[in-house]
Amino acid sequence: MTQPLDRVRSQVNQIILGKDHQIRLALSCLLAGGHLLIEDIPGVGKTTLAHALATTLGLNFQRIQFTSDLLPADIIGVSVYDRDNASFKFHPGPIFTQVLLADEVNRATPKTQSALLEAMEERQVTTEGETRPLPEPFFVIATQNPSHQVGTFPLPESQLDRFLMRIHLGYPGAEAERALLQGTSRRDMLNELKACMSPEELAELRLGVGRVHASPALIDYLQALIRHTRTSSEFLSGLSPRAGLALLHAARAWALMDGRGEVLPEDLQAVIPGVVGHRLHASGQHGKVNGADVAASLICAVAIP
Amino acid sequence: MNNGALDRRDIAWMTLSMALVTLPHAERLPLWISGLAVLVIGWRLYIAWTARALPRKWLLLVLVAAASGGVYLSFGTLFGRDSGVALLVVMLTLKLLEMKNLRDAMIVIFLSYFVVLTEFLYSQTIPTALLMLVGVWVVTATMIGLQSHNSAMRYQEKLRLSGKMLAQAAPLMLILFLLFPRVQGPLWGLPRDAFSGVTGLTDSMSPGTLSQLSLSDAVAFRVQFQGDMPKPTQLYWRGPVLWYFDGMSWHMGITFEGNPPSYSPGGASVSYTVTLEPHDKRWLFALDLPAKLVPNSRFTADFQMLSNTPIRQRTRYEMTSHTSYRLGYEGLTGFERRRALQLPDGYNWRARALAENMRRAARDDRDMMEQVLGMFRTQKFFYTLTPPLLGEHPVDDFLFNTRSGFCEHYASAFVFLMRAAGVPARVVTGYQGGELNPVGNYMIVRQSEAHAWAEVWFEEAGWVRVDPTAAVSPLRVESGLAAAVPASSSLPLLARGDMEWLRQVRFTWDSLANSWNQWVLGYNPERQYWLLSRVGLDRATWQTLTVILVLTTTLITLVFAFAMLRHLSQRARDPAAVLYRKFCRKLARRGTRREPSEGPLTFAARARARYPNQAAAIDAITDLYIKLRYGKLEGRDAVKELKQRVSDLKV
Repeated sequence: MTQPLDRVRSQVNQIILGKDHQIRLALSCLLAGGHLLIEDIPGVGKTTLAHALATTLGLNFQRIQFTSDLLPADIIGVSVYDRDNASFKFHPGPIFTQVLLADEVNRATPKTQSALLEAMEERQVTTEGETRPLPEPFFVIATQNPSHQVGTFPLPESQLDRFLMRIHLGYPGAEAERALLQGTSRRDMLNELKACMSPEELAELRLGVGRVHASPALIDYLQALIRHTRTSSEFLSGLSPRAGLALLHAARAWALMDGRGEVLPEDLQAVIPGVVGHRLHASGQHGKVNGADVAASLICAVAIP
Repeated sequence: MNNGALDRRDIAWMTLSMALVTLPHAERLPLWISGLAVLVIGWRLYIAWTARALPRKWLLLVLVAAASGGVYLSFGTLFGRDSGVALLVVMLTLKLLEMKNLRDAMIVIFLSYFVVLTEFLYSQTIPTALLMLVGVWVVTATMIGLQSHNSAMRYQEKLRLSGKMLAQAAPLMLILFLLFPRVQGPLWGLPRDAFSGVTGLTDSMSPGTLSQLSLSDAVAFRVQFQGDMPKPTQLYWRGPVLWYFDGMSWHMGITFEGNPPSYSPGGASVSYTVTLEPHDKRWLFALDLPAKLVPNSRFTADFQMLSNTPIRQRTRYEMTSHTSYRLGYEGLTGFERRRALQLPDGYNWRARALAENMRRAARDDRDMMEQVLGMFRTQKFFYTLTPPLLGEHPVDDFLFNTRSGFCEHYASAFVFLMRAAGVPARVVTGYQGGELNPVGNYMIVRQSEAHAWAEVWFEEAGWVRVDPTAAVSPLRVESGLAAAVPASSSLPLLARGDMEWLRQVRFTWDSLANSWNQWVLGYNPERQYWLLSRVGLDRATWQTLTVILVLTTTLITLVFAFAMLRHLSQRARDPAAVLYRKFCRKLARRGTRREPSEGPLTFAARARARYPNQAAAIDAITDLYIKLRYGKLEGRDAVKELKQRVSDLKV
């Protein structure tokens, strides 16, 4: 059952070099039915990753470059008066797609951001009193620049929470970078990319995620983790129940990708940096601003029961 | 803690535990208190279930005043054991009506514990202790339930937790019991009225006294012999000696405490330890004749051993006796002779006449005695537990009309006849015989073994013990009461010879009770000293004891605290988890320690790298563990396999 997944992974790995872990995280995020936020400095391959994922999964793909003058209608679509029929006709925006790449999402104004994020949550769009469902499946892969860069509107916590995972790509390793420099252009490779998975296979895989067994012992561990975030003084506030569910979901997908039928503590630990990093904030005195540090300290602090 | 409000379940638990601890007192309390308790409990439950308001303050005040008045009227005082307990029960009951919040409930809990304690003012037997343990158990469970975070617990869980807490307290209790510096006697005096119900011999004897007593199964004392036991016919436990006869009953008359006449022992001595049940009198029983004194006691001139204070707690003493002896052979003082010949004027004329006739026919004093005993033996005299009532001249009535009696009738008639014939004689009461408990190899002497016999004084020989009952019914002395009376008589259950299994059960039980008495209730400074010297703590002063006490209790507390912390950190009782921890410990001993937050796969990878030879075993264990703990695999076989693999692992 996980064979197509392996094909997907290896194909994406050929394009984004030396980032297997991130690719697995991204895949588990999508398998778990969540939206993905990729945060990093420009030029490390965020867009390429999103594009490669979409194509390889055999989904249709749209891209919006977010700018500060982007309006909600630019995303959702507009109704235009049709003289022949003497009525308004809705022209769907780029959001009506299976994978939406929202590039540099934090450069748009909050108003536009919230239009996107509402669609992400509801999986439908309402304009002029009419509700239109979005295609199934519907994934948003958003990229953003680190918020300290100029000209950005950082996403508020409530909207960050809509993303199941936030991952960082980081610089490639020396070897990967060398291969990248010597190899063919990524753009050409993307154009030649073929789908490795049928829509049915994808749907079946997504169903399979729900069937991965989470034993009471594992739930104990998950609860211990959540309890720690709520009681420890290290964090400003603890994880919400939604965050707990997100963790479990992502861990199930991760386990499935490993070809296992049960969730292990390791699966939770693997997805914690992605799931928890943008939801937990270290309280000032500990000085851990980095999401990865927060996640690492959480993992270390809680013993596996 | 919850913020005050008590729910119905709390109230139900409170009333239940309160009822449980007061119930054993019910038979001793006046009926109206039990009635009041039932009413108040019903009222409180009604209030709780219908969510009504509690009674007003003034009504409570009236109730309290009325109940206190009632206790005063019932007992004539508010102090002392009985009225104190009654007052406590009444106030505890009424407190229920005032119980609104957690604080009140805690007061009721503590009062309930105190009521448990008061039960021991009445009885300290094993069943009482067990019953009280149940009380403490339920009260503790109630207290657990009062804590709000436990409110969702089911009753089994509360009881289990309570039992667990008590079990954890047991080692501390044992240490405190064994090591707490002991004081001689009870820590505080029991109230005066605590001994109102005890039975035993008294300082007088009239027809019916002993036959009444012999219906009682109560234990008078227990005896542990060092060495061989004397023959049954020598088992005369000397008690009150009665000199003065008023025509109906025998009395001690004046007793002279001080140096008893010396006696010359013949034959070997018998050594034994007596554990005397409290009887609220001063007599200390010993075999005829005691050779030494118990500390804090003295002999009277007629060899009664009297304690300086009434026996109000179980008393243990070492004793040595000579069963054959010559006493008073030097002669009698005039005063003694007058006392030993005293007879009231105007009673029992026929008996006097009989005695004078016999005296004239007899060669000497001894022959006189033989004639009287011969009369009992040959003529139609009967030994019975239920003698007919005697009239104004009891000796006449007995000798010439009824002719059936219990030992006191025979002793009384015998001494009367001897005195009437001018031979000095006196009545001795005490116990005769005893039942050997083969389980504990000690002798139980019960109230049913109460007996009366006579001592006659002869020139040269001195005081000689004569048992006229033996003339009528030799079996009484040789084999005990059961053998001597017809089977139809209403004997106490335990004195009967049949129902062997029942006797066996009773022997075992009494042996248990005896150990309890000796080692729990009778755990006094000597016993403590003896026990400590056995474990090498000679000459332990109370200061040493206190230091040991503090050290051991601290140690035990630490052990428990450590175990609890461990338990908290390793909450899982999953057998797979336990086995996996064992596996981790095995590797940790070799230096590969699993981090607390390290998952099984990660650890297995690390261990594999470290011990390539065992890679297969490590993988198999990890795989099995994962399937059992995180997968859906279940079953004993898999656990067994895991266990096998873990114990087979050699690193």
